[in-house]
Amino acid sequence: MTAQEVRLCGLLLREHFGEVVEKVGTQLLRSGAQNLRTIIHETGLSVDLVKKSLMVLVQHGACLFSSGRKGPGSPTEYRSGCDRILRILRYPRYIYTAKTLYGDTGELIIEELLQRGHMTMSGTVKTVADRLTQNMEEGRSMDYSEVSSAFSKLVETHFLQRCPPLAGAGTADSTNPAPGATPATPSTPSAPPTPESFPDCYKVPHMTLVGRGKRQLTAEDGEDQRNAKRQKMDPEAHGDEGIYWQVNFERFHLHFRDQAIISAVANKLDQTSSEIVRTMLRMSEVTTSPAATCTKPLSANEIFRSLPASYNIPRPILDQYLTLLVDDPMEFVGKAGESGGGMYVVNLHRALANLARATLESVVQERFGSRSARIFRLLLRKRHLEQKQVEDFAMIPAKEAKDMLYTLLSQNLVQLQEIPKTPDYAPSRTFYLYTVNQLPTARMLLQNCYKTVANLIERRLFESKESKRLLEKSQRIEAILASLQASGAEPEQLTEVEEMITAPEKQQLDGLRLHINKLDSAENQVDETIFLLESYVNSTATSTS
Amino acid sequence: MAGKGRGVAAFTFNIEALGIGRGSMPEARVGPSPLFPSTDFKPVPLKAGEDEDYMLALKQEMRGTMQQLPHNIKPQSNKSEVERYTERYLKKSQIEDEDWTPDWNLFPKELMPQTKKPRAKAGTKKKPVKISRKETEAMLSKLDALAKNDDRNPEKSDDETEKKPGNEEEEEVEAEEYDEEDIEEVSLQIRT
Repeated sequence: MTAQEVRLCGLLLREHFGEVVEKVGTQLLRSGAQNLRTIIHETGLSVDLVKKSLMVLVQHGACLFSSGRKGPGSPTEYRSGCDRILRILRYPRYIYTAKTLYGDTGELIIEELLQRGHMTMSGTVKTVADRLTQNMEEGRSMDYSEVSSAFSKLVETHFLQRCPPLAGAGTADSTNPAPGATPATPSTPSAPPTPESFPDCYKVPHMTLVGRGKRQLTAEDGEDQRNAKRQKMDPEAHGDEGIYWQVNFERFHLHFRDQAIISAVANKLDQTSSEIVRTMLRMSEVTTSPAATCTKPLSANEIFRSLPASYNIPRPILDQYLTLLVDDPMEFVGKAGESGGGMYVVNLHRALANLARATLESVVQERFGSRSARIFRLLLRKRHLEQKQVEDFAMIPAKEAKDMLYTLLSQNLVQLQEIPKTPDYAPSRTFYLYTVNQLPTARMLLQNCYKTVANLIERRLFESKESKRLLEKSQRIEAILASLQASGAEPEQLTEVEEMITAPEKQQLDGLRLHINKLDSAENQVDETIFLLESYVNSTATSTS
Repeated sequence: MAGKGRGVAAFTFNIEALGIGRGSMPEARVGPSPLFPSTDFKPVPLKAGEDEDYMLALKQEMRGTMQQLPHNIKPQSNKSEVERYTERYLKKSQIEDEDWTPDWNLFPKELMPQTKKPRAKAGTKKKPVKISRKETEAMLSKLDALAKNDDRNPEKSDDETEKKPGNEEEEEVEAEEYDEEDIEEVSLQIRT
């Protein structure tokens, strides 16, 4: 929970949930697990607002509650983690992936679940069918069964999972990912259970839901309110009460990781090799656990049989491609045996480490130039080098090499390692070696990325605040235009209203829109780097523990 | 202090071991580093393509929708007496289900809103008893007069500005609400 992470989480909460939730959220992030009274006291907000904010945070999975540390009688404690809140940055990518995999229906299902935190299946199906019906032509509507089948497909491929059920506020469930573990007693506070530890995690409930989507009529305010009230008053039981679904972020992350590996292979080698790797990854989707170092070994025969029909490459060519992949210094694919024509695995952790290393090298290149990047790459390969050796290996004149090394050193991308000849560390009798440690450097760059995104968001808020008056005016005029058009007005009236914005103001608005779009797009793209570095850091954490 | 003049420019180790000479030292720093240092290399331009544009649109839409949902809690602001013209049009875009009723099984009991309202009413009901009958009648007649004045003013302003028909009712309702809040519990008690 670094300062940069907390700052970014605060900004994300403010943008999506409002300032009240931001205050409560940052209070939880900064000070760890607290009970309700402490939160109220520290934030200085009213009891009502704090309670509502906590409910919003729990609804979205950003906050967990458990019985207090002093035993079952003490008040419930709430704690929050940065990870869940930082996922908000990645929501557009999740929705877009769902669209590419499952079409518009899948896209809307994921979007609804992300916006609402968690929902029942029947609720989601109804809302999505209504939204789809809105966008269809007159007279056509979306059937609930189509949406339900899309929902079931998402659950089958583990993109959606059930929310872990609570055993009441007083008891804490135990984490037992290993089957057959004894259940812990209720009094021992332990880490919150993962949704995967429950056997019904991916079981679609039997639901009785028949019907079609309803088209919402554009009516006056009064009518809309009446319709909404009518919908609230008929809570039909669909047989799946109490079963809530949430988006399974880990599964999406595995998908993104696979995509990154495949595109890296396509860039380095060629399209056919990337197809081979894609086939291997697809075959190992169900057999590989999320934290595995490499996929299960696959024989060349199996790969040959599972290649897509459009790629009818002959068997010896496939063997050649596999050998090429194994010999590549990137080490994406490794050979694990000779049976079945050769057993091949995809080295997931090593691939992630190589991708992270490529990111670091690219960062140094773009910030300091290609010669500094050469020095950086050299130090990554050769581990420890003296000043003189750096100059010789990099083939850069001494003075410039010195300059670049010291710049990199001052930016903390390169470290100095002292090796004493004598026990008193006398400077004249000590070796000073330059070195690069990949993992700490990756962590540092990850924090830089968080700071970058926070700065981008702040700048965007600043720009909108500066031109707030202009934005409000344009909003008002758009609303007036829309209402005039709906009530059928003549073109002269429309042009009259449009002319209320003067030409320089229009220019200013266009410039503002361009800036805001650029800042938003930059946030999305920095998030891709964040994903790579986070996956790398997490993969090393699991392999060393 | 004895070695002030003599030891200042001397290093404790052999400077040539590090490979730098006396003359290649960078200048001494004068003050903190600048807030926005100039960069030698400009950043690479952003990726621009269909995917990125779609995700950008998704992001902005999602932000807008989440700000309209009832999850977005706004700090308590007193209702302004007269509804501003802008707010009328912006209100139309608010999503109707303002009261999001969550499933209480998933939340700890203490987060449920407490139903303290009947107690509050019992407490304040004692207050009006002390006020005499005459005072309440005088207050009521004053307030009726005020209400009539308020009804007349918004009707005048309607003719001047372009407003859709049917908003006069809204203005009157606004005036009534304003009066109600002013009278505290007195009017409630007398009307019930």
